[in-house]
Amino acid sequence: MAGVIARRLVGSIPILLIVSLITFAMIHMIPGDPAAAIAGLSATGEQIANIRRDLGLDQPLLTQLGHWYLNLMQGDLGRSLLLGQPVLSATMQRLPVTLALSGYALVLTLLFGLLSGIVAALRQNTWIDQAAMVFAMLGISVPNFYLGLLMIILFAVHLGWLPTGGYIPFTADPIGWLATSTMPAISLALLLTGLLARITRSTMLEVLRQDYIRTARAKGLPERRVVLRHALANALIPITTVIGIIVSLLISGSVVTETLFSIPGIGQLLTQAVLNRDYPMVQGGLLITTALLVLINIAVDVCYALLDPRVRY
Amino acid sequence: MTLLSVEHLTTAFRTERGEVTAIEDISFTLDRGEVMGIVGESGSGKSVTALAIMGLLPMPPARILGGSIRFDGTDLLTLSDKAMQRLRGPGIAMVFQEPMTSLNPVFTIGDQIIETIKAHERISERDAFARAVQMLEKVGIPSAATRMTDYPHQLSGGQRQRVMLAIALVCRPRLLIADEPTTALDVTIQAQILDLILDLRDEFGMAVIIITHNMGVIAETADRVLVTYAGRVVEQAPVNRLFDEPLHPYTSGLLACVPTLEQEQDRLLAIPGNLPEPARRPPGCRFSDRCEHAVAACRDGLPPLDDFGAGHRAACIRALELRR
Amino acid sequence: MSRPRRSLGVLRRLLHHRLFLLGAALFGIILAAALLAPLIAQVDPNKLSMRNKFQPPSMNYVFGTDNFGRSLWSRVIWGAQLSMFIGGAVVAINAVAGTAIGAIAGYFRPLDNMLMRINDALMAFPAVLLAIAVTAVLGPSVNDVIIALAIVYTPRTARIVRSSVIVLREMEYVQAARAAGAGDWRILRRHILPNAMAPLLVQLSFLFAYAVLTEATLSFLGVGAVPPTPTWGNIMAEGRQYMTDAPWIITIPGAALMITVLGLNLLGDGLRDVLDPRLRIQQ
Repeated sequence: MAGVIARRLVGSIPILLIVSLITFAMIHMIPGDPAAAIAGLSATGEQIANIRRDLGLDQPLLTQLGHWYLNLMQGDLGRSLLLGQPVLSATMQRLPVTLALSGYALVLTLLFGLLSGIVAALRQNTWIDQAAMVFAMLGISVPNFYLGLLMIILFAVHLGWLPTGGYIPFTADPIGWLATSTMPAISLALLLTGLLARITRSTMLEVLRQDYIRTARAKGLPERRVVLRHALANALIPITTVIGIIVSLLISGSVVTETLFSIPGIGQLLTQAVLNRDYPMVQGGLLITTALLVLINIAVDVCYALLDPRVRY
Repeated sequence: MTLLSVEHLTTAFRTERGEVTAIEDISFTLDRGEVMGIVGESGSGKSVTALAIMGLLPMPPARILGGSIRFDGTDLLTLSDKAMQRLRGPGIAMVFQEPMTSLNPVFTIGDQIIETIKAHERISERDAFARAVQMLEKVGIPSAATRMTDYPHQLSGGQRQRVMLAIALVCRPRLLIADEPTTALDVTIQAQILDLILDLRDEFGMAVIIITHNMGVIAETADRVLVTYAGRVVEQAPVNRLFDEPLHPYTSGLLACVPTLEQEQDRLLAIPGNLPEPARRPPGCRFSDRCEHAVAACRDGLPPLDDFGAGHRAACIRALELRR
Repeated sequence: MSRPRRSLGVLRRLLHHRLFLLGAALFGIILAAALLAPLIAQVDPNKLSMRNKFQPPSMNYVFGTDNFGRSLWSRVIWGAQLSMFIGGAVVAINAVAGTAIGAIAGYFRPLDNMLMRINDALMAFPAVLLAIAVTAVLGPSVNDVIIALAIVYTPRTARIVRSSVIVLREMEYVQAARAAGAGDWRILRRHILPNAMAPLLVQLSFLFAYAVLTEATLSFLGVGAVPPTPTWGNIMAEGRQYMTDAPWIITIPGAALMITVLGLNLLGDGLRDVLDPRLRIQQ
C-alpha cells in the first residue's frame, strides 16, 4: 500500500512541475506589456513601472523562473494585487468554503448517482431504468448556472424558502449553512449525479454478467447479498476512477456556482481575480487548486488499490 | 432411489429474431450417488439444462415453456425464489467451466467459502473457519489454513477449480453439477480434478452430473450418459453400452473422435459441419443435415427417443438397421 | 475492406436509433436557427429601444425584450450563431490538433512520454478554471475564447486518439503493412487513423457540447466575449438583475443552451452505441 502511494506521489512530480511551469508562463503570454495590462488603461507610467518591479517582470526570464520556484518551495505564491494579501493565505481562507460546498455536492452525487445507477441496472429495461436514465441525461445536459438561476427564481424569489445567495459557515450556524448551501450544492451535483448514474448503471450491468456473480447465486446467497456485496464491491473499482474526474468537475463547477450564489470560496476569488486582472492571484489560485486535485487523484488511486486486491500486491 | 427427475423440460430464449427453444423435451432421471455425463457440442443445450436445474437461468431472456424438475420429491419449477435459494448449496451445487473468472476477485477464498456456509447454517465464525480449512484440505489445497487469506489471483487455475469445488461441496450437497469442470485446465490438472470429484462423490455420497464435450471425460467418470444435440436428447445409455454399441450416428461420430484426456479438443472434427443455429434447424431430425446416413424419411418428423432395452434409448429412425 | 458497406450499416443503425434522431432534431433546430439568423432575425440584436423594455414574450416580441428593449428573439438567435461558431471552431481545432498530437504520441513511442506529460499536466487543471485563466491572459474576444477552449479540450481529444492508435498499431494488419514496407506516415494515414475515427467522432460530439457549455459559462462569468455581444451567457448574466420581473431574459437563452447540450449528448450517445460495439452490448 505504501508502495502505491509512493509510486503515485513520485509519478505526480513531473505533472506538478509542468503545471507550475505553465502557470508561471501565463503572465508572460499576456499580449504586449504584462505590467501595463495589469495596471489597466488609466495607469500612469510610474504605476506600470512599480508593478513591473513588484512582480519582478524587469528581470531576466530565467531569474524570474528561479525566483518562482524558490518562492514556491517556501510556500510564497506572491501577493494579490486586489486584496493586498498573500495569495496562499487568501486561498486558504476560502478553501474551507469551497471544500464544504464541494463535499456537500459530492455526498449528494454519490448518494443519488450510485443509488439510481444501481437500481436502474437491477431493473434494466423497465420504466424505472428508463426514468432514471432520462433524468440522468437531463442532468448532464442542464448547465449548472442555468439550474441555479431557475432554482433561485423558484425557491428564493417566488417561494421565498431559501436565500438568493450568501454564505453562512457551518461552524457558525449549521441550519444557516444548509439554507445557503443547498441550492448551490444541488446545482453542482445534478450534472455529476447524472454522470455517475450512467457510469454506475453500465458498470453494474457489466459486473452482473460476470461468472462470479453466477457463482455467488449458485452457492445459495440471497439476491440482496449477491448485488450489494459481490456485485457492488467489483463495480466500485471502476467507479472509483471516475471520482477523480467528478472532483475536478466539482471544482470547475464551483467557479460559476460560487459567483452565482455569492459564496466566498475559491471559485469566486478566482473569478474576481480574473475580472480585476489580479494575475498573481490567478496564477497562485490555479496552481493551488490544481495541486490539490492532483493530490485528490492520488487519494483516489489509493482507494482504488484498497478496493482491488489485484492492484494491492 | 431417484434423486432427480427431469421430465419434458423445454426452455426458450428471446433473441433479436424472436423466441427460439434452447432445450426441448429433455427427460432423464438420476439416482443417489450416481454419476451421469451429459455430452454434446457447445450450444447443444447442456449448460442450459444445468442452469435450469439450478434455477439460475436468466429470466428474461430465458423462459421455461414446460416440463418439470423434481429433486428429492419437490418440484423445483414451482418452488419460491427463497426456497430455491436455500436449496442451492446444501441441495444442489455447481462448479463452472471457467475457474479463472468464477471466483470473486475482490474477496479472499476463505471469505468466499465461509460465506457459503453461513448462508445456510447457523454457525460461529470460528467453526465456519475450521470447516472451510478442512474443506480446502479435502480438495487438495496444501497448507490450507494459510491460504484462506489468499485472493483468487494468487492461485493457479487448477487451484481455483479446487477452491470452486470446496465452495460447492462445503454444504454437503446431494447433487453436484460440474459444467465442463476441466475444459479450461491443462491436461495433468484435468485428471486430478476429475479424480477428486469422484473421490468426493464416494466420500459424500452425492450424485454428480458432469457436463462435457469430451467423450474421454465421460469414459473416465460417468456411470450413465446423456447425449444432446441441438437442444434434444439423442441418446442415453449406461456408459459401457454407449461406448460399445452407440445407436445414434451422432454418438458414433463423437466416439470416432474421442479425444483422450491428454489431447484437448474444442471442436469435434470427425463430424463435418456445424451445430445448426436454433433458428435454422433442419426439419425432422436435427442431425440430418450432418448425418452421413440420413435418408428422406429422417426429415419427415422428429424421431422419437426409442427404448432399446437395458436403459438404452436413442432418437434415430435408422438405429436398428444401422446397428446391423 | 468493405468500408462503404460498413458505413451504410452504421447509417442505417443510426436512423433506427430513436434517441440519436431526437438529438439530431434538437441540435438541428439550433443549428438551423444559427445558419438562418440573417433571415429569421433581421432586427439588430443590439438595437436599443427603451420604450419597449421588459416586454414579455408576445406576438410582437416572440421571446420578449430585455432591459434595453433589445429583441431577445434576435439576441438568442444570433447567440446561437456565436455558440455554433465557437463550438464548431473548437471541434475543428480538436479534430486536427488532437488527432495529430494523439497519433504522433501513440505511434512514435519516443515522443509519447514528453507529449503525454504535457497533456496530463493540461488535463490536471480544472477545465473551467484553466479556461478563465487563459481568457484572463489572452483577453475577452470570441477568438480568444476559442483558443482558451482549444487549449483546455485538445489534450482530452489527443488522449483518446492516442489510446486507439496504440491498440491499432499492434494489430496484425498494421504489422503486415509494415512488413510489406509501408512507411510510417502511410501506415498512420491509411491503416490506423481511419480506424481510430469512431471513438474520435463520439468524443467530438460530446466535445461540441462541452465547448458550447463552457463558452456560455465564461460569458456568464463576464470573462467571455464582451457585452453587448449577444452570447447566451451574456444575455443570462445581464438578465440576472431582473429575474424577478423579467425571468424570460434568463429562461429562454438557458433553454436554448440546454437544448443544444442535450441534443449533442444524445447524438454522442447514439454514435457511441452504433460505432462502439463493445459498449453497444450494454444498451
